[in-house]
Amino acid sequence: MQYLVSVIDDKENPGSTDRQPAISEFNDRLIAEGYWVFAGGLADTGAATVVDNRGERAVVTDGPFLESKEYLAGVWVWEAPDLDVALKLATEASKVCDRKIEVRPFQ
Amino acid sequence: MNDVEEAVVRAHREEWARVVATLTRRFGDIDVAEDAAAEAFATAVERWPSDGVPPAPGAWLTTTATRKAIDRIRRESKRDDKQKEALTVYDDDPPEPLGAIDDDRLRLIFTCCHPALATEARLALTLRMVGGLTVPEIARAFLVAETTMGQRITRAKAKIKAARIPYRVPSAEDLPTRVSGVLAVLFLVFNEGYLATGPDTDPVRQDLTAEAIRLTRLIRTLLPDDGEVTGLLALMLLTEARRPARVSATGELVALDEQNRGAWDAELIAEGHRLVRERLAAGVAPGRYQILAAINAVHTSARDMRDTDWSQVLALYNQLIRLDPSPVVALNRAIAVAELDGPEVALAAIDRLEPELAGYHPFHATRADLLRRLGRGADSRAAYDRAIELADNTAETAALTRRRDQLG
Repeated sequence: MQYLVSVIDDKENPGSTDRQPAISEFNDRLIAEGYWVFAGGLADTGAATVVDNRGERAVVTDGPFLESKEYLAGVWVWEAPDLDVALKLATEASKVCDRKIEVRPFQ
Repeated sequence: MNDVEEAVVRAHREEWARVVATLTRRFGDIDVAEDAAAEAFATAVERWPSDGVPPAPGAWLTTTATRKAIDRIRRESKRDDKQKEALTVYDDDPPEPLGAIDDDRLRLIFTCCHPALATEARLALTLRMVGGLTVPEIARAFLVAETTMGQRITRAKAKIKAARIPYRVPSAEDLPTRVSGVLAVLFLVFNEGYLATGPDTDPVRQDLTAEAIRLTRLIRTLLPDDGEVTGLLALMLLTEARRPARVSATGELVALDEQNRGAWDAELIAEGHRLVRERLAAGVAPGRYQILAAINAVHTSARDMRDTDWSQVLALYNQLIRLDPSPVVALNRAIAVAELDGPEVALAAIDRLEPELAGYHPFHATRADLLRRLGRGADSRAAYDRAIELADNTAETAALTRRRDQLG
């Protein structure tokens, strides 16, 4: 089963900025143990653009779809046998990233 | 009720969780298991009156439910893989290797109490899947609409499936933290029964306290060496033992100092004391439930309020407050302080808790009582008024009102 693992940062109380070496090490372990599918950090929400073409004309808007103090800072996709395994990894990931983690299964 | 009806009711109480748990393991699907178990009980109601009660009702129900589940899976053609899987495991498959404890019901309890589920969902699922209560019964117990409770259970089951919450006893390293979540759910069920909320409910719900005790007994047979499981069972038994003396003929809650101790259930007290002694003999540092059980053991050992060994009660609260430094524990500790050092010392101690407990009615009730003992009638009345305003148990409101009106 695949899980989307979202890294949540907080604009008012951001996590520390020196996490990259620890995250790289954690990623190497995820790959070695067979959990890794994909990962990527995201640029600031200021770089986001929303496109809405549900109406007659496409509307392009600057900024993220949702303005909030918490925002998505990066994602992983993990392959894990069940939620307990994913949660155990997420517990480590939260420490490694110094940020909150949301775990959500793919359908 | 005739013998057959009684046998069905007993089988439902004793075997429901086992049937659901066994089928969940076989079919890997909590919904299939629950539906098949319900169908098997419906068949029992139909057949047992003419065929007679089978010698092993649990085995009969499990076999019948398994057949029902297979029939259902066959009918649903899109479940080809499931069907193959089900048919290959149908014959006396040995249980797959497990973690710490080998019991399907225990796995079911841990699944229902998984930390990824909201607390109210854990409560509802445990009562439904393990306790076998119906959705309307659970809805009534927690004062929510039947549709709300139905949706809550459906959502929780959907999350178990979609997020793949495992049907498994947690590994040894996770067991202690996960057991404490299970015990918290059972204690919530018990407390809701012991001091039921709402203007139209019975003040004491024996159905809920009985169910909580039954499930805690089940956990204890499965985890006999867990001190907190034993502690919680002892705590529930010693609390339940006082139930017959707890509501007066006029429907008022009777406080510990005014209870007729002769009405207490001696058998439950004896069992509770035995469990507390068992934990003391174990010589392991006690957790929260074991200390609360020990406090209740002191109370239930006394012939009357004055005879209570208050210094022992205070020593236990001092031990508890180191584990759980919450304002509620501090409030209860102050009640023992009042008995040993007088109401003035106790009042000074609880007044410090006001910022945290301003909305907690026992805080105002305790304060009212201490002020009354200090002869401060007007202050006491104001505190009773606040407690009455906040209390939501009918028998308790009645008792607080009488105490206030006695101030003169």
